[in-house]
Amino acid sequence: MIRVLKYVALDILKNKIIIAYTIMLALFAWSAFSLEDNESKGVLTVLNIVLLTVPLVSILFSTIYIYNSSEFIELLISNPVNRGMVWKALFIGLSLSMVTAYIVGVGIPLLLFANFATAIMMVATGIMLSMIFVSVAFLCSMFTRDKAKGIGVSIMLWLYFALLFDGIVLFLFFQFADYPIEKIVVILSALSPVDLSRILILLKLDVSAMLGFSGAIFQNYFGSNWGLVLSFALLGLWIAVPFAISLRKFKKKDL
Amino acid sequence: MIKIENITKHFGRFRALNNLSIELNKGECIALIGPNGCGKTTLIKSILGMVLPELGTIKFDGKSIKNDNEYRKHIGYMPQIGRYPENMTIGQVIEMIKGIRNHTNDLDTELYEKFEIEKMLNKKMRTLSGGTTQKVSAVLAFMFQSKVFILDEPTAGLDPISSEILKNKIIDAKNKGCLILITSHLLSELDDLVTQIVFMQEGKLILHENVEILKEKTGEATIAKSIIHLLKTQRA
Repeated sequence: MIRVLKYVALDILKNKIIIAYTIMLALFAWSAFSLEDNESKGVLTVLNIVLLTVPLVSILFSTIYIYNSSEFIELLISNPVNRGMVWKALFIGLSLSMVTAYIVGVGIPLLLFANFATAIMMVATGIMLSMIFVSVAFLCSMFTRDKAKGIGVSIMLWLYFALLFDGIVLFLFFQFADYPIEKIVVILSALSPVDLSRILILLKLDVSAMLGFSGAIFQNYFGSNWGLVLSFALLGLWIAVPFAISLRKFKKKDL
Repeated sequence: MIKIENITKHFGRFRALNNLSIELNKGECIALIGPNGCGKTTLIKSILGMVLPELGTIKFDGKSIKNDNEYRKHIGYMPQIGRYPENMTIGQVIEMIKGIRNHTNDLDTELYEKFEIEKMLNKKMRTLSGGTTQKVSAVLAFMFQSKVFILDEPTAGLDPISSEILKNKIIDAKNKGCLILITSHLLSELDDLVTQIVFMQEGKLILHENVEILKEKTGEATIAKSIIHLLKTQRA
């Protein structure tokens, strides 16, 4: 496993996109904190950038990388290497590079400028988000052999999670504003890793008071220790389930 | 050494292998022949565990290859079309396979030297011609002193000199008692190599015979002629 991982890691490092991604994240984060006078505003700016770019880069880069590695995978499989191991090594290699880029790019300025609890929460959710979208990318690449189709599906999924889902929830919120739908909204938000992360971070900021009644409900559900554990368990499931399905498919795939 | 029992494989509705059983023994050099799309490559890939048949079992040294990968240590495989990571150099690919096989001492570097790979170590895989890629595949297949060699169209694309070098290497391996499985369409090339013929058609085994017996039966002097003789009598 370690041997395979070594070659995967080397290959990803040679690909300079990860370094560019790190620099880009760092630029966003540093400029956000130095432009805003108040750290809470800075965190909000960074949060909005992170919630859009982290999923996008994680899912797109991983999907393309997996398709481009088909020769590499084939070469490894014809040697005495376990199939599951190759797939896991790829996953660990990609997750590690995405997570490292995030910690170096966003984590460091956060820990320097924001208050500690907020920073830790944002680093933790960012790590989870990176891994979730790598995991979803693995699933996308197992659905079709066609590279263009696979990348198309992963862009659609990103659009859905980052933009559409929000829209749907907001639409429901306004349409049924006269009814007590807060609980349903809470459940719905938990179904999207991006929204869940946003709520978890917002609750750590004082702006959550601005969310009004629904903010209080969120505080009720996600603010408690149990809520926190449950939320992270949900995020964990978002990593484990897509990857487990893709692993099962990969083990049965004809190369 | 390799025992294949009743394997069947479909690709969509196309049946690539149809209830095929065959036993391949040590010390033999077996030619796998048949028309295009008859399932030769699928059979080879099934032995390597790259294609997973729906039915049937494949045993290597008496052990089923299902959920096993260690047996591949004993196989040197040369693919029909070598597909390698494009941005790696020849040197990196060779180093990587050595590392993954964890087999760094007592390597067989004869082909490496004879094909003069040393001069091209820094060339990227995507810049290589088909013949050079074939050479890299051959070097990798023969590097690890394997017991079994599976060669899918080994001489296709090689120049006559390299082709001759490779053929001598195959004969050497045969004399050492290795099992060699070759697919080829150039029947004339196989004459001085093979000891057994396996003929496949539409995923089925049509014939598995010793070369000498085959020649005797058909009364022809070469493999090519005896196969053609056989096909004609079959059709009639």
